[in-house]
Amino acid sequence: MSYHAGEYDVIVIGAGHAGSEAALAAARLGSKTLLLTINLDTIAFMPCNPSIGGPAKGIVVREIDALGGQMALTTDLTYIQMRLLNTGKGPAVQALRAQSDKALYGRVMKETIENQENLTLRQGMVERIVANGGKVAGVVTQTGAQYFAKAVVLTTGTYLRGRIIIGDVSYQSGPNGQLPSMRLTDSLIDLGFSLTRFKTGTPPRVNRNSICFDHLAAQPGDPEPRHFSFRDDVAPRDQMDCWLTYTTEDTHGIIGENLHRAPMFSGDIEGRGPRYCPSIEDKVVRFRDRPAHQVFLEPEGRNTAEWYVQGLSTSLPEDVQVQMLRTIPGLERVEMLRPGYAIEYDAMLPTQLWPTLETKMVSGLFTAGQINGTSGYEEAAGQGIMAGINAAMHALNREPVVLHRSDAYIGVMIDDLVTKGTSEPYRLLTSRAEYRLLLRNDNADERLMDIGHRIGLLPNERYDRFLAKREGVEAEKRRLRSVRVQPSQLEEVFSDRGIAMPSAAVTLEQLLKRPEIDYTLLNQMFPSGETVSDEVSQQVEIDTKYEGYVTRQTQEINKQKKLEELRLPADIEFSAIAGLSNESKEKLAQVKPMNVGQASRIEGVSPADISVLLIWLEARSRRRAANG
Amino acid sequence: MDSDTIAAIATAVGEASIAVIRVSGSCALGVVDRIFRGRVSLEQAPSHTVWHGWIVRLDSGQHIDEVLVTVMKAPRSYTTEDVVEIGCHGGTQAVQAILLELLRAGARLAEPGEFTKRAFLGGRVDLAQAEGVMELIGAQTVAGKDAALRQVEGSLTKLIKALRQNIVELMAHIEVTIDYPEHDVEEATSELIKDGVTRLSRELRDLIATAASGRVLKTGIRTVIVGRPNVGKSSLLNQLARAERAIVTDIPGTTRDIVEEGIQIAGVPLRVSDTAGIRETTDVVERLGVMRSRQAIKDADLLLIVIDASEALEEEDEELLALVSSLPAIVVLNKMDLPPRIGLEEISQHVALERIVQYSVFRPELLRDLEQAILRVVFGGELQPRDATFLANARHLSLLEQASVSLQQVLESLDMGVTLDVLAVDLRQAWVTLGEIIGETPREDLLDQIFSQFCLGK
Ligand SMILES: Cc1cc2nc3c(=O)[nH]c(=O)nc-3n(C[C@H](O)[C@H](O)[C@H](O)COP(=O)(O)OP(=O)(O)OC[C@H]3O[C@@H](n4cnc5c(N)ncnc54)[C@H](O)[C@@H]3O)c2cc1C
Ligand SMILES: Nc1nc2c(ncn2[C@@H]2O[C@H](COP(=O)(O)OP(=O)(O)OP(=O)(O)O)[C@@H](O)[C@H]2O)c(=O)[nH]1
Ligand SMILES: [Mg+2]
Repeated sequence: MSYHAGEYDVIVIGAGHAGSEAALAAARLGSKTLLLTINLDTIAFMPCNPSIGGPAKGIVVREIDALGGQMALTTDLTYIQMRLLNTGKGPAVQALRAQSDKALYGRVMKETIENQENLTLRQGMVERIVANGGKVAGVVTQTGAQYFAKAVVLTTGTYLRGRIIIGDVSYQSGPNGQLPSMRLTDSLIDLGFSLTRFKTGTPPRVNRNSICFDHLAAQPGDPEPRHFSFRDDVAPRDQMDCWLTYTTEDTHGIIGENLHRAPMFSGDIEGRGPRYCPSIEDKVVRFRDRPAHQVFLEPEGRNTAEWYVQGLSTSLPEDVQVQMLRTIPGLERVEMLRPGYAIEYDAMLPTQLWPTLETKMVSGLFTAGQINGTSGYEEAAGQGIMAGINAAMHALNREPVVLHRSDAYIGVMIDDLVTKGTSEPYRLLTSRAEYRLLLRNDNADERLMDIGHRIGLLPNERYDRFLAKREGVEAEKRRLRSVRVQPSQLEEVFSDRGIAMPSAAVTLEQLLKRPEIDYTLLNQMFPSGETVSDEVSQQVEIDTKYEGYVTRQTQEINKQKKLEELRLPADIEFSAIAGLSNESKEKLAQVKPMNVGQASRIEGVSPADISVLLIWLEARSRRRAANG
Repeated sequence: MDSDTIAAIATAVGEASIAVIRVSGSCALGVVDRIFRGRVSLEQAPSHTVWHGWIVRLDSGQHIDEVLVTVMKAPRSYTTEDVVEIGCHGGTQAVQAILLELLRAGARLAEPGEFTKRAFLGGRVDLAQAEGVMELIGAQTVAGKDAALRQVEGSLTKLIKALRQNIVELMAHIEVTIDYPEHDVEEATSELIKDGVTRLSRELRDLIATAASGRVLKTGIRTVIVGRPNVGKSSLLNQLARAERAIVTDIPGTTRDIVEEGIQIAGVPLRVSDTAGIRETTDVVERLGVMRSRQAIKDADLLLIVIDASEALEEEDEELLALVSSLPAIVVLNKMDLPPRIGLEEISQHVALERIVQYSVFRPELLRDLEQAILRVVFGGELQPRDATFLANARHLSLLEQASVSLQQVLESLDMGVTLDVLAVDLRQAWVTLGEIIGETPREDLLDQIFSQFCLGK
């Protein structure tokens, strides 16, 4: 029995990290939005690590904030530990990482969603996506509710035909005992999509009261915690420590004895797992001669004794997990609260998507998050906000938004996914970005707030704050360029510190470019009349010191952007273009790049193929001109 | 569009007395200025003027050759970009030296067909020509990575691969330090990177020294025209050379000695030899000629076997066709304008169809078919130039030098206390540049390296 349950501009399926951002973005852009999810009690739930951020990922969180998204603020309001990582390794790779209070995070996100104008939240399991003539029309739930919409965003995470495996036991399930979504896969296949099977895993959880901390090393948060969101109004929070311990020879012994019961080795798992998140049994087998592996003990929240055992992801049988845990210093008498497990699920081949995250096959249908073959909360949220924006744009008949690889890690990720696909769960790493020096933690606002504000997602007051900062940065840079100092003015400080003297007068800018001189020292010697905020001085310092490299990368980007501007017609028949190699004809037809720039990044498409495409485009436009 | 500056030898490489090197791109004037000493700076020179001067070495200023330089400014040039043509003394030494200097000064070697491609994209040449270029580029695509590899001599390839492997291990180490800050892998410290890069930098410099001293630019692919007397060999040479180089008569046995001509097909230099027709003869001079023909066959990189289609196959024809199994060759079935006495089928028993070109020197429009067939062999994989180094040498040398500069930059940055994120940029650049020499592009290798070298996970 089904019934007509309502009409919307945008329907978002799933309220995980992707779905929450998507729904909030769509609603904030003014489209009437419905958010459907299996269980209202697990909104923005973290089925794995209680942590948000880290290298590359933390920068994504800043980017989401700069566009007008939610993840940064919710994290700032709920963290139990905050650290700035990579401080000694250069500003381009610095990143924030927070330990989250899992339950609180979900609750704050739920409240935000409940109170968002234009947004309706409803519990429901979607079983079918309805499309007519290649266009999405709506969805049908298990209970027979039919919802209609101009755009649908699918963010089902690891729920599609989920199967949990613990040793020799396996059962159908979503993560963490949630209901799996068993029927939706068929609907997607009916629509013509190709799916693949991926897997991931999580470690056991233990009771804090059974841990002995006496000989463990504490890992405290930063004494002066920073925050993710570009705002002045978030207060620092009390922090909790994490703890470090190690596996032992005994741990490895127990794993070795029980390998035959590990599904990864007995062949019970068909899904493809990520290389960068191997289970402890994987690690012990692949790196046999390591005597110990790190294990971090992390609180899952302020009001719970449940702790996460990072480093011990496993799908070994439950009894082995307990034995294994108790070989680890500090955990000799530990009580395991939940076993670790592996989970298999269906994911879409992301090359079926346009860079807007809209599916090529069904207009108005968007997908985001783990269903697109990624792994990680931040990756999911980054796609979620873009899918939400573009679904709203679609519903409102406005121009879609695509971030370039040089704009954001989000752009890098989406471009990688839709251009190259992925054969394992995809995780962002800083090395995936060719313009890493530009995609920094400190300048996410500079990179994205113009876009966020232009489309109407970033509120005016936040944009104004940014404009003031931008002006502050420009003003200070002007000062550094205009003030010249004589060698004699430097003599005292320089000789004290053993810094080589310049032979003639220099500008402050030139001084700041020298590695031994930082902004703090410079400002001590030649103070600015005005107060310069940390945010501003940091930006000035980085921009100045990096200038040479940034200019070089910007030149490369501009060249690439020209290719990006050359659009390829959607109906292009690559197989008919003489001069393309057969391999690239196939790849191009499969990926259907939107422009020559994207084509150039497809694996197997050579520079020569690009030349052929350029000539073909020019020939085509000449023929058209000739035919009037 | 393509704003980078390209350079190539525009005339045939060989012993001709004058050679022209063409440079095109938005920085063409600036690039040449860096190595040109004349009365003006070319950037200041009016368009369509010719200047006398010297090409010098970028580093030492030492004179290389006396030249005449023609400046054609955008858009009034073939490619519609700024173009400089350097007329220098012919002879491979000077030409290669100048080309190398251009690459050092910031140009890169043009791909086959690239000048025409730019001309077309700039609105110059017509569609038909552009389509020819597309096919040509296509042929090159097929060859792809192998072609790049083949140009490099085996031992050099091995050394470069080893260097790259060392670099990528170091890169992986840096990346892990950055992406997994809390993992208990040994941090990529400055000392560690310094040790590694210093060693690599030394190895690379040794490599450059060998490459620079050991090899000179060879004069192109040795292409030998063979066949019975009077089948039209000399006529063919003249056509390829677009000049009356060899004597053509209807008397069999006209050509007695080898006539050689340097030509270029779409930027690929060939040294084409016309030979004496092969037959048993009592004439002493002709017999010597036939001996030379046979020697030339042995030395050839590529054979053009000419057969007179208006006559029945003879023993000598069969003998030549038999060579096809041991050497890259193209069969030119000539005189197709006359009533044929040999069919395609007959020849295709000896040779694959795509290796046969039906031809007539009286139908010049067929010349393109022949040239395309030659390029297919060149880029298609089976050609192994004996010296494997034509043109490639200058390119390799300049890429090796660029990689070396990048490594040097890493060392300088280390001394100045620059952070990992910046060091990684130059290190990666060295790795990418070395990869270009052997036709390898970056992509996943680095990630593969990271995950096989280090134990990471949650
Ligand atoms: C066991 C496990 C281990 C993991 N380990 C890691 C790790 O080590 N590192 C890492 O980076 N990431 C890990 N992750 C991944 C991380 O949790 C996800 O990438 C992230 O949560 C994905 O966000 P999402 O929004 O795409 O999906 P989810 O957060 O999974 O949300 C999916 C949402 O969709 C809803 N839904 C599903 N089907 C339907 C339907 N038919 N109708 C309505 N609603 C539906 C669900 O109720 C849920 O709210 C792990 C995940 C699991 C489960
Ligand atoms: N009809 C016709 N005549 C041709 C063709 N090619 C060459 N000839 C004629 O054949 C005769 C021989 O041409 P050459 O080019 O001198 O032949 P060759 O192979 O160099 O001869 P030798 O030097 O004597 O070995 C000349 O009269 C040419 O004009 C052709 O395609 N068609
Ligand atoms: Mg002759």
